[in-house]
Amino acid sequence: MNTILAASFLIGGLSAVLAALIVVVDGIVNNYGEVKIDINNGKKELKVNGGASLLTTLSEQGVFIPSACGGRGSCGACKVKVLSDIGPILPTEAPLLEEDEIKQNIRLSCQVKVKSDIAIEIPEELFSAKIFKGVVEKINDLTYDIKEVKIKLIEPNEIEFKAGQYMQLVIPPYEKINEYTQRAYSIASSPSQKDSVEFFIRLVPGGIATTYVHKYLKENDQMELVGPFGEFYMRNTDADMICVAGGSGLAPIKSIVADMFERKITNRNVWLFFGARSLKDLYYVDFFQDMEKKWDRFHFVPALSEPEPQDNWKGETGLITDVLGKYFKEKMDQNTPKEGYLCGSPGMINACIKVMTENGISEDKIYYDKFA
Amino acid sequence: MSPDVGLISLFFASIFTSNILLSNFLGMCSFISVSKDFTSSNGLGLAVTFVMTITTAINWLVYHYLLIPFGLEYLRYIVFIIVIAAIVQISEMVIERMSTNLYMSLGIFLPLITVNCAILGVALFMQIRNYNFLQSVIFGLGSGLGWWLAIVSLAAIRKKVDKSPVPGPLKGPGITLITIGLMAMAFMGFSGMLNVQ
Repeated sequence: MNTILAASFLIGGLSAVLAALIVVVDGIVNNYGEVKIDINNGKKELKVNGGASLLTTLSEQGVFIPSACGGRGSCGACKVKVLSDIGPILPTEAPLLEEDEIKQNIRLSCQVKVKSDIAIEIPEELFSAKIFKGVVEKINDLTYDIKEVKIKLIEPNEIEFKAGQYMQLVIPPYEKINEYTQRAYSIASSPSQKDSVEFFIRLVPGGIATTYVHKYLKENDQMELVGPFGEFYMRNTDADMICVAGGSGLAPIKSIVADMFERKITNRNVWLFFGARSLKDLYYVDFFQDMEKKWDRFHFVPALSEPEPQDNWKGETGLITDVLGKYFKEKMDQNTPKEGYLCGSPGMINACIKVMTENGISEDKIYYDKFA
Repeated sequence: MSPDVGLISLFFASIFTSNILLSNFLGMCSFISVSKDFTSSNGLGLAVTFVMTITTAINWLVYHYLLIPFGLEYLRYIVFIIVIAAIVQISEMVIERMSTNLYMSLGIFLPLITVNCAILGVALFMQIRNYNFLQSVIFGLGSGLGWWLAIVSLAAIRKKVDKSPVPGPLKGPGITLITIGLMAMAFMGFSGMLNVQ
């Protein structure tokens, strides 16, 4: 018994001493003192304590850079242009930066540390991104693995966003997850609904945020959200809109379509292709079919890749890319200009881009937010 | 009872005749992976030397003043590793502050020093061979320098080999392993001059 106690004390004590030593050295070595962050050539100047990542430092100061992965360096959403010299590209940044981005000194803000005075450039609209506090008003099962979550905003109690944009949900610690995590989800509700936001959230096996939402989140729970972010929204042109959604990727498209209808922008052709495996994966079908009746230029094409016999499916079948290709050739006007709006898995997006470019839509007219 | 080994003999023996890498084959993973370029090899070699010297000294103190008095010698593996992990953490912070370029070129291999078996090997040899404190520090320093000498030598040789007409199937890891074998044989030439086992 004494041996067990002595061993426990020894290991515990030694670990504590070494941990204290690390903390002391960290305090001395990583003390970069006060540093200045200049944003957009003097538009905003922040005085902060150096040592942390640029993303964290900025968010502590109320400037929120989008980060779909919550700063793990895997989504590449938190890119900022750095105007001062902060050293070479880190190995963790390199895979997520294009060659021309590297030339322009675009860096991943979650990976670079603020060690000395730094000047950066960020899009002006990011200044309007805020932290929102809300309460879960409704959780609704859309399919067996997708939930619709409505959050009523408390503080601030209203939001302005463009249909198609996304927000980051702040997931509190639970089970073995011992720190706050942020994940990006597209807003499914229309911008006219200012006092609340809705999301479609599909359960990803092992996913930190989706597991929390599906297994732990209850109505009346408090939630924090950051945003709005994103470049995925309707462009003001006369081109036909070819929208393709997969799974919970229907959310931003639903927001865009509802917004267009409410604002009476019904003079352009909108094609919505919704890909799913079988009937049990389809949702919001009635909403879009109803929209089709009210808006003669809106066309809704749900397609099942693996319909089950009991589905008794009479609609389109096959991969969504094949259906899209078929409609390009057979149903759409070949002579009108077109734009692509995509939301779904990275694989689906890449495959759809291929089909769209083969059918005459240039890549700069195809819009998407790829949440990896 | 400490062995009767002169400090100078121990120092040179741990660099050459009993090189931790080329005679005991400990620490091979980072040795092979980081020896592709000279600057990184040099940096990692110096970092290993630093960590090895410091951890050997601390581990000697911990072993003799904590583990032996409480009869907990059997905990030496876990205790040695805890000390090594902490010192590596500290080295990582210091290197990041002092030389960002070196920090970046070492990449993942810097934290991996923690699991570099050469470091644990030296701590265990020191204990098995009953070295006193000074002998242990000299042994740690010498072994670190021996590891550093081996990795920079391999980096230099690989630079030459890269420009040599190596048969296709042997390119990369194949020729590197052959080179290491030849280096080990060359170091064997020193054996017999000094004996510290």
